[in-house]
Amino acid sequence: MTGRIAELLRALGARIVNNWIWRLGFACRFLWFTLKESGASFRRFHLTIREIYFTGVLSLIIILVSGLFVGMVLGLQGYDTLVRYGSSEALGVLVSLSLVRELGPVVAGLLFASRAGSAITAEIGLMKATEQLSAMEMMAVDPIARVVAPRFWAGVISMPLLAALFSAMGVFGGYLVGVRLIGVDEGSFWSQMQAAVDFREDVLNGVIKSLVFGVAVTWIAVYEGYDAPPTAEGVSGATTRTVVTSSLAILALDFVLTALMFRGH
Amino acid sequence: MMTRKELDLWVGIFAVIGIGAMLFLSLKVANLASFSAADSYQIIAKFDNIGGLKVRAPVKSAGVVVGRVGDIRFDNESFEAVVALNIDGRYQFPKDSSAKILTSGLLGEQYIGLSPGGDSVSLKSGDTLKLTQSAVVLENLIGQFLYNKAAEGDGKK
Amino acid sequence: MIAQRRRSFTAELRRVIARMRSKYVAARFSRLEFALRVFRADTVATSNLVEVQNVTFGYDERQVLKDINLVVPQGKVVAIMGLSGCGKTTLLRVIGGALFPDSGEVRVTGRVVNKLRDAELFALRRKMGMLFQFGALFTDMSSFENVAFQMREHTKLPESIIRDLALMKLQAVGLRGAADLMPSELSGGMARRVALARSIALDPMLMMYDEPFTGLDPISLGVIGQLIRRLNDSLGATSIVVTHDVAEALELVDYVYYMSAGKVEFQGTPDQVRAAGLSSLRQFVYGEPDGPVPFHYPAPDYRRDLLAQ
Repeated sequence: MTGRIAELLRALGARIVNNWIWRLGFACRFLWFTLKESGASFRRFHLTIREIYFTGVLSLIIILVSGLFVGMVLGLQGYDTLVRYGSSEALGVLVSLSLVRELGPVVAGLLFASRAGSAITAEIGLMKATEQLSAMEMMAVDPIARVVAPRFWAGVISMPLLAALFSAMGVFGGYLVGVRLIGVDEGSFWSQMQAAVDFREDVLNGVIKSLVFGVAVTWIAVYEGYDAPPTAEGVSGATTRTVVTSSLAILALDFVLTALMFRGH
Repeated sequence: MMTRKELDLWVGIFAVIGIGAMLFLSLKVANLASFSAADSYQIIAKFDNIGGLKVRAPVKSAGVVVGRVGDIRFDNESFEAVVALNIDGRYQFPKDSSAKILTSGLLGEQYIGLSPGGDSVSLKSGDTLKLTQSAVVLENLIGQFLYNKAAEGDGKK
Repeated sequence: MIAQRRRSFTAELRRVIARMRSKYVAARFSRLEFALRVFRADTVATSNLVEVQNVTFGYDERQVLKDINLVVPQGKVVAIMGLSGCGKTTLLRVIGGALFPDSGEVRVTGRVVNKLRDAELFALRRKMGMLFQFGALFTDMSSFENVAFQMREHTKLPESIIRDLALMKLQAVGLRGAADLMPSELSGGMARRVALARSIALDPMLMMYDEPFTGLDPISLGVIGQLIRRLNDSLGATSIVVTHDVAEALELVDYVYYMSAGKVEFQGTPDQVRAAGLSSLRQFVYGEPDGPVPFHYPAPDYRRDLLAQ
């Protein structure tokens, strides 16, 4: 009986050590190597620009459209709730604060993880499976410097820009629904918003959040791609893991950052 | 496979609209441009009770925002709240102006109302306001009301 | 005229490589030392370019290479043959420095590969070219850009010279007209030829081929075989070909090592291989279905298996 329990505990421990702690250790060393080899990404900036195109520019459509719809929904739902307390002029405040503080970084981060993060993982995983990374190594070109680091920095640079675009489109969407469609007073919409949203407290904190999310998502995407087993199932499994792990990481980090930034306001 | 020129163009456009969105958020949505701290001067006001006054609350005179609350501290010797007000350099107030803590709306946030006095000399940076009125604390008000009601009742007997 | 042009390009190439400033190398060696260390390869007097001595290698569960000894003389084409899983690709990776042996030494141009520091290993790899099994072309670049890759990464040659050199390499494999095609638009044989052009981009002294004949049609087979021989002789290089295509290999190479289960079972010239008496080698060379490698996978008694409930 105790033998069985000991066996189960041992299996659980092995699972935790092999899947989580081992991989976490590799992931940290991998991040360290990526940062160390980042010189080339900036000296030959066209490499990074190419990756910014594939991660950032190609995500624009989904970010802008989603931002617009989220803002419009906020406008509708927000008006519905606020009008019950006679505070419908505060719609601008509701929409802008929700977006700038939380929804902008978080939702843009989730969308970025599922679109660009999975693409990065699949690309690096496939390059590994078709021996392109080995070929690069045999040609004395470090694949981390040439393939991984530019993608990492492209993700970190794109993420705050995408989050800002999401928030801006959201505010515009809220304006469209609230002012144009429903008829909230345009003047009070903008003036109350300007009075309530503080640059340092809200906008800057939102930018910091999106930077942190960018680092987390791109780190996970790049690591999973590099570590993927070089088979078809391996790459597809790695891509799924990227999206799942990134999403969980974003939500967890969001809580931590919100607790740190918006304490006792 | 795009040429380098096309890539650069698209990334440039992306960067421009991204930064544009950030500027929009900073200037139009938030209040970055409305108050510049550069040309402001600071005056001190002491209160017995500041109620719910917060840092960066507006300082209004005649209903117009003329400054922001800079710093709130506690004086351990006179046991008063010491509030530093940053007033916009464009506006000068007489030396005997008074400050009141008011509430916007019935249950809204608190701000400082600055009422001008009649002195010909103006306040300079670092001056202290002589006349202040503390915030209205709701519990005291209710207590006062009840006390008055009880006193009235006694008086009638 | 063309010969003169080619010589001046190569001279220019060497001058630029010698002037090349790698961050690690410049920090540690002086220019003269650097030139000597990289180019000692050209002046080394040993007749064997590659020497593998008592190399053992294994993963946690199993031994892949058991006490291997082989030499590759300079200027020759050597084949390493054997069944799948006998360790020949692993041996190639060990020679290239991608894997480190558990014991033993691998010397290339007299220097022990597994004891080199990073910068020296990178410098040595620039003198080695490897052709991977299915080409391993970079799929996000055209054929021309694949061939020009090493030149752009490792040299500071101007674009016009790089363009000429890359086109010359493509011409050598017969694919100058396909320069602008993407790897996805090439057939298997063409992709492998472009990969070959890419690996000879910096005129390496050692060429390694990992299963170059696998999955090719007869024409492409003949083309690749010819190219291996011709390039080896015209570059003055040395080649190691890992394969299990017996017919093609025996036509092509100067010397053969036959591996089985991680050991070198036989070595000799192609004629010696054809006439060998070793039964496992005979089975391999003549493709006999049954012999030391049995036809039947180990199974219980046939009669008992059929009659069992």
